[in-house]
Amino acid sequence: MMRLRRSHLICCAASKEKMAAHLSYGRVNLNILREAARKELREFLDKCAGSKAIVWDEYLTGPFGLIAQYSLLKEHEVEKMFTLKNGRLPPADVKNIIFFVRPRLELMDIIADNITSEDRHHSSRDFHILFVPRRSMLCEQRLKEQGVLASFINIDEYILDLIPYDGDLLSMEYESAFRECYLENDQTSLYHTAKGLMTLQALYGTIPQIYGKGECARLVANMMLRMKREFAGSQNQILPVFDTLLLLDRNVDLLTPLATQLTYEGLIDEIYGISNGYVKLPPEKFAQKKQGEGSKDLPTEPKKLQLNSAEELYAEIRDKNFNAVGAALSKKAKIISAAFEERHNAKTVGEIKQFVSQLPHMQAARSSLANHTSIAELIKDITSAYIIQCFPIKSHYVNTYIEDCIAQKDPLIKILRLVCMQSVCNNGLKHKVMDYYKREILQTYGYEHILTLNNLEKAGLLKPQTGSRNNYPTIRKTLKLWMEDANEQNPNDISYVYSGYSPLSIRLTQILARPGWRSIEEVLKMLPGPHFEERQQLPSGLHKKRQQGENRTTLVFFLGGVTYAEIAALRFLSQVEDSGMEYVIATTKLINGTTWIKSLMDRPESPTQ
Amino acid sequence: QLKESRQAVNNIRRLVEEDDDEDDVERVSWSGEPVGSISWSVKETAASSQRADREPAFPKISTDTPSISRSQSGYSLSSLFKGKPKVGNFQTFSDALTDSSVRLYAPELRKPKSEYKDYVSDWSPEETVQRLQQGKAVSLERFRTLQDKLLLLDHAIAAHDGNVITAVLIYLKRTLCKEVLFRELESRQTALRHFIHYLSETQNQRLLLELHRALGRAEDAALLQYKEHLSITDENKRRDFLKNCLSLPFSAEDLAHVQDHYTLLERQIIIEVTDRQAERGGKVEIFQKFPRKALILNMPLITTLYYCCFYHYAESEGTFSSPLNIRQTFKISEKQYFVTALAARAKLKAWLDVDALFASRNWLGFTRKKSPLSFQRVVDILQKNSAPTHVLQDYVALVDDGELRLTLAQKHKCHDIVISTYRDMKDRQLLLGYRGKVVRGSAEERKIDDLLSNPQIRWKN
Repeated sequence: MMRLRRSHLICCAASKEKMAAHLSYGRVNLNILREAARKELREFLDKCAGSKAIVWDEYLTGPFGLIAQYSLLKEHEVEKMFTLKNGRLPPADVKNIIFFVRPRLELMDIIADNITSEDRHHSSRDFHILFVPRRSMLCEQRLKEQGVLASFINIDEYILDLIPYDGDLLSMEYESAFRECYLENDQTSLYHTAKGLMTLQALYGTIPQIYGKGECARLVANMMLRMKREFAGSQNQILPVFDTLLLLDRNVDLLTPLATQLTYEGLIDEIYGISNGYVKLPPEKFAQKKQGEGSKDLPTEPKKLQLNSAEELYAEIRDKNFNAVGAALSKKAKIISAAFEERHNAKTVGEIKQFVSQLPHMQAARSSLANHTSIAELIKDITSAYIIQCFPIKSHYVNTYIEDCIAQKDPLIKILRLVCMQSVCNNGLKHKVMDYYKREILQTYGYEHILTLNNLEKAGLLKPQTGSRNNYPTIRKTLKLWMEDANEQNPNDISYVYSGYSPLSIRLTQILARPGWRSIEEVLKMLPGPHFEERQQLPSGLHKKRQQGENRTTLVFFLGGVTYAEIAALRFLSQVEDSGMEYVIATTKLINGTTWIKSLMDRPESPTQ
Repeated sequence: QLKESRQAVNNIRRLVEEDDDEDDVERVSWSGEPVGSISWSVKETAASSQRADREPAFPKISTDTPSISRSQSGYSLSSLFKGKPKVGNFQTFSDALTDSSVRLYAPELRKPKSEYKDYVSDWSPEETVQRLQQGKAVSLERFRTLQDKLLLLDHAIAAHDGNVITAVLIYLKRTLCKEVLFRELESRQTALRHFIHYLSETQNQRLLLELHRALGRAEDAALLQYKEHLSITDENKRRDFLKNCLSLPFSAEDLAHVQDHYTLLERQIIIEVTDRQAERGGKVEIFQKFPRKALILNMPLITTLYYCCFYHYAESEGTFSSPLNIRQTFKISEKQYFVTALAARAKLKAWLDVDALFASRNWLGFTRKKSPLSFQRVVDILQKNSAPTHVLQDYVALVDDGELRLTLAQKHKCHDIVISTYRDMKDRQLLLGYRGKVVRGSAEERKIDDLLSNPQIRWKN
């Protein structure tokens, strides 16, 4: 009854690191990708013979944490680890100092400062740099200008394009991808995407079918096909794991991330922000109050929790609509209580022994339940004013609502989400309305936000109405985006993830699987960018002979970001019994409306606002 | 349902109190990462090295790195160009790169065939681009003619690698005259965007403005220049800079906003100087009673209005700090003005001012309360500023919707309203029930008793 997958977390301090088991539960074993990344890391470390200290660009510890733990580094003689900062390096009796950094000029200046402050006479330490995810000529040039380039024995790159996040989820953690693609017209992130997909194909076989929608999708597919030609000669002999790749531009569906995600995981992300699989929560609800103890030392630091499918309870509830989480938790509580009650039935020594042996697992389950009950309580306390829902309302009411929100000085990002949502749904705003909003926003939040408003216009999130017809109602009706009676408890449609609104991106994915895009040609033409289909030739002998009833696997790649609610909707589709399709999700970055809009702002809000 | 699970959790906790040794189950440090994770170990190993050296052990060694913020965007390659690299010596890249050692690849994972031809030196544009992508030594100097250079650029664009496109652009920037470069970029939009991005990251404002002008993108150029004000900290310099911006070719609509921005800062500077003196002089009562917590400089307009409603409410329309003058100058909407003034006066508990805000006289000379805001919101604002019941009561009474009025009255303990509503509903039971909620022996209780014993009321129950 109580299979607890948490057990692998227990011994992470042990010398031999276990596999990240949750990565291999899914349809596709993503541990292979993780292992490949670890192998490369080990090889680099072994290149620097002898004892080592790593100096970390702090940002990288998050993504690297998904690949390896300290024990792996320790096995390869990493004795010390520091955070990169100006001044002299801390003392460490090691042969090698390795800098793990992003290729950014300001970090090069810090490294140069470290090296010039080093005591040349007493130190014979070797220096190395590992750039993540790529080397940059400009950075090396900067090191040269600072006169330290010659101090490095090794300069290398560690290509971390696609990071396995969970059993069915890959992310590049490339935060600025949307801004670069749609605002700055910089396609570097697409190049990395194509590279990442080539790596994936090297490990999991050539993907025979590629579909796509959007400008960026087209570019990525082109790059992949070209890179494949460059590999020509060395044919990939791996039996394909993925049947189909679907590339989707974020700007095909600008609306979805603007609404507040209403799944459990989505709300945690909206309210507290999940970063590299961790969330930081206000500590009050998590304090362990032992009996007789006062509340004197309540912790003040936020409580950090890891969230992934390794935790059985979380895997069960993460994708539920929040309104269904309470019931699931109380059901779980009953099961766990019953398990603990079993001890009264344990009479013989053997039975007691058995009970005791299960105790650690039961306690893990109990603490998991405690944590999620606390989180659910925290979320419940957040007022409904926080939620931005996507529903058909008369624009007159929307105008008044937004006006009131501004008058109340609600957070600017909330206002921007609302205004953009109104614009996207109506194919633009009336000139008068747009001018009014702009004026109110600038007066209330500061004139410098002229820049932000301009960016939103460039990205197409905000625009004045032109004479052209508003296609949105047609798109909405054809794709059944608004469902009147969403069943939150026992969903029968993907619209449950936004309590009645189904993400357009996922509807497109669903229709592609059945009955196919040909049925919605008209709507596809109304959405921005081309749609296309490509086939990649497989070597003979690698064509899959499908068993009857065997599911097909589609990799859906969201260019410019994906929300947890969209992921939940895809997981829902994978689980629908007769869908015949399972989905693995990849993206440039896991986003929510707030982080997304923030990435488009020219001067992020100060935290006090 | 949440309560159920909370209860279960607590029960079980008590049950297993004696062997609640959680560290055995889940090795997670309180504030942080699971024990053994990388970010946890960074702190651990750093701390242990400190201890070894008998230096005072700072518990959080890794926190003070203001230069690299965690929240900064990911490893974006197009944002590599922060700072001011010296441009113009691009050819040195090649010898910089030859220093580095042979690179190790994961076995056959990312190694296209073309990479084996390492010993040729006369690279075609295509090969050059590939080598640039692989971070290998390559010289661009052999591309001498304009045609060659453009061919190289087009190959770089086709590769979609921002790093490479930028590298080629830097070479072109050094070896071509501006006019030719701008002209050629105009027909290559991708390269153009990369060039713009590169110039703005390296803060080469002058060339950037020239570029925008040459391409007839006046508005972009204007916004770009305007953006620079964010990096000016001295308020007087910032004001002068904004004044200069007024001559830039903004769209009419943006120009109006920038004009307002300038006017606002100019005023804030004047107000700040005057008020600082008044505060130091110690003669103005309001500054003594409510010392200012922050400077008004660079605050948004509505915040400034609030400040003026707080400290300068009664001033005549002629002064810069008069709320009415600010409302006029910046054409603040009635609703915004109203909300702001209401909040500021309520904060000061100036209930007479609050009252006056609503006063409107009809042609017969009767006064009645009017508001551009729903009275529900008014009550909300007043209550947030801890208005006393007798003040709240007046506004609760004005809420149109009867049901809502009753709810608000109950919530804010406006007994009179509740009592008279029940009386009007002729609901004896409810009134009887409410009797238990008022203070014993109070005027309200007497009022209820009077009503209940009034034989003239026909109760419905």
